[in-house]
Amino acid sequence: MRLISYAAAINEALNEEMERDSEVFLLGEDIGESGGVFGVTKGLQERFGADRVLDTPISEEAIVGAAVGASLLGGRAVVELMFSDFSALAMDMIANQAAKTHYMSGGQLTAPVTIRLVTGYVGSGAAQHSQSLEAWFTHIPGLKCVAPSTPADAKALLKTAIRDPDPVCYFEHKLLYNRKGEVPDAIEPLPFGQARIVREGSDVTIVAYLKMVLDAVEAAEILAEEGISAEVFDPRSLVPFDRDGLRRSLERTGRLVIVHEAPTRGGFGAEIAAIAAEEYFDLLRAPIARACGANTPIPYAPELENRVIPDPTRIADAARALVEAGSAVH
Amino acid sequence: MEDGGSTRAELVTLYRTMLLIRRFEERAAELRQEGFIPGFLHPYIGQEAVAVGVCAALGAEDVITSTHRGHGHMLARGADPRRMYAELYARVDGYNRAKGGSLHMIDTGLGFLGANGIVGGGIPLATGAGLQRKREGNAGVAVSFFGDGATNQGAFHESLNLASLWKLPVLYVCENNLYGEFTRQDKHQPMTDIARRADSYAMPGVVADGNDVLDVLRVAREARARAAAGEGPTLIEAKTYRHRGHYEGDMGAYRPPDEVREWLARDPIVTFGAWLVERGSVPQGELNEIAARIENELEDAAAFADASPHPQPDEALEDVYRDTYEGMALR
Repeated sequence: MRLISYAAAINEALNEEMERDSEVFLLGEDIGESGGVFGVTKGLQERFGADRVLDTPISEEAIVGAAVGASLLGGRAVVELMFSDFSALAMDMIANQAAKTHYMSGGQLTAPVTIRLVTGYVGSGAAQHSQSLEAWFTHIPGLKCVAPSTPADAKALLKTAIRDPDPVCYFEHKLLYNRKGEVPDAIEPLPFGQARIVREGSDVTIVAYLKMVLDAVEAAEILAEEGISAEVFDPRSLVPFDRDGLRRSLERTGRLVIVHEAPTRGGFGAEIAAIAAEEYFDLLRAPIARACGANTPIPYAPELENRVIPDPTRIADAARALVEAGSAVH
Repeated sequence: MEDGGSTRAELVTLYRTMLLIRRFEERAAELRQEGFIPGFLHPYIGQEAVAVGVCAALGAEDVITSTHRGHGHMLARGADPRRMYAELYARVDGYNRAKGGSLHMIDTGLGFLGANGIVGGGIPLATGAGLQRKREGNAGVAVSFFGDGATNQGAFHESLNLASLWKLPVLYVCENNLYGEFTRQDKHQPMTDIARRADSYAMPGVVADGNDVLDVLRVAREARARAAAGEGPTLIEAKTYRHRGHYEGDMGAYRPPDEVREWLARDPIVTFGAWLVERGSVPQGELNEIAARIENELEDAAAFADASPHPQPDEALEDVYRDTYEGMALR
């Protein structure tokens, strides 16, 4: 077991997968010589050469398209989108091409590309470098969507993503890059669709992913001091989503708070809420609550940014309100 | 016309394939009128020399991305008309098991990576396919067909830049049929020779007579040789004309009658057939026999499609992912 950062864990996964399979190669803006704007791909070009770690022009549609096209012929391309906001420029290749290849070809062809989307707020990154756009991708049938919160999960899930036969959107959060966590010396790929209970509890389930897992844990600590026992549930992958895991958690708690940075309206939290309401209604002792981002772009000023992104206090407030209202509802 | 060293058998095959495409499309239009085909059709009629000329220059290891007007490319690559009609009929023996239709037909066995419903959508994909072929040591080239309209898309410009920068083995084949959907070229771009757009990307740009199958073949052979030798991509502009509207049902009323007449008089199949006969090596009777055999083949193909079962509704839930969870579309 070693203590390494989330960024280092991603780097190790890329390193080991490139070592394992010569078809694995990387493309992205400034990922080679410079090692990426966040340093995630540092050293990989030096090790594997410029033929396998390709620096590209600033040309998102072409680089994602090239990754998808290569994957049609058996290449295992991992493409980095330096900021997930830039995926808007590559959306045809992701949503109309890669996602639908297997289906519209009647199962003849698949596009097993991995798209690394650098996501979330970073502190005054403002409206075009801070978004959490996962709901764009979870909405498109044919894509799988992964959102790890720890170094160990980041490494294991990236290995799974690269080996997966379908296109995978791999969301990685900027504010997690420097966070350290324990990672086993040898780590196996982690199957998608398996949530992790970050912290056990009996009064309320807080579903959170990516950086919001940290905030949810802090919220659980605040609540614990008040005698409220909160369970923190990290789905780790959004598509597929661990429905059975959610059921088991709701069996323990009967209350559900959903947290994400993305705007509340139409966010993936709405899907989680719908799953709970449609399938596990009888387990719920209180209405479902969302402590998600405001329905605004991400603003620049720290005071404004803090206002629109959930924090431990807001998460705890939402959970507390459910627990206090819980008996009245049932 | 110059035969470019093609054998008699090769020349006859070029003619046969062009005629097969023409008759496949004309029949498809009739079958759609009669209610056998539910979806959109964008007929390739008039442009046959481009697909046939380019595909005759390719090897088995080469791959192709196509367009919404893709039947011609697919047939020129050797696809089975029976499975094509079955797909158009939306039946299970179709190429895509009735999930794709005209706009998404694929035959991976032929290296035909698909028609495409997005104008310009196949261009980045071919660029990536070329990248993969280069990674494999230039074992084959990638070809992307697209129209004049697609050359105004970012996908076109980004792809040419990348392919030239990386010296990828790609043939970018622009079929300039003078119209982007309903809009004439002079109203959608400020130049006439699309081949000149190659200059911006430091790659060769070549104009071919898109109604002369032998000229297209010659240009494509040269471009393929450059690509296979590691010298990078070529932009080929094949100037041609769509005999019909943008899709079946569009009468093309936006086109001046004189222009239509002029281009119809340059029909690539009629011209090439006359050349074959005049050149003395192929009697008209042989061409007539070819035409008769094509009618039989297409009759058989339509019958095959008609006999193929409709899909079961629940098949709609399959194939979303390659690996399924509990046999279901991934939830």
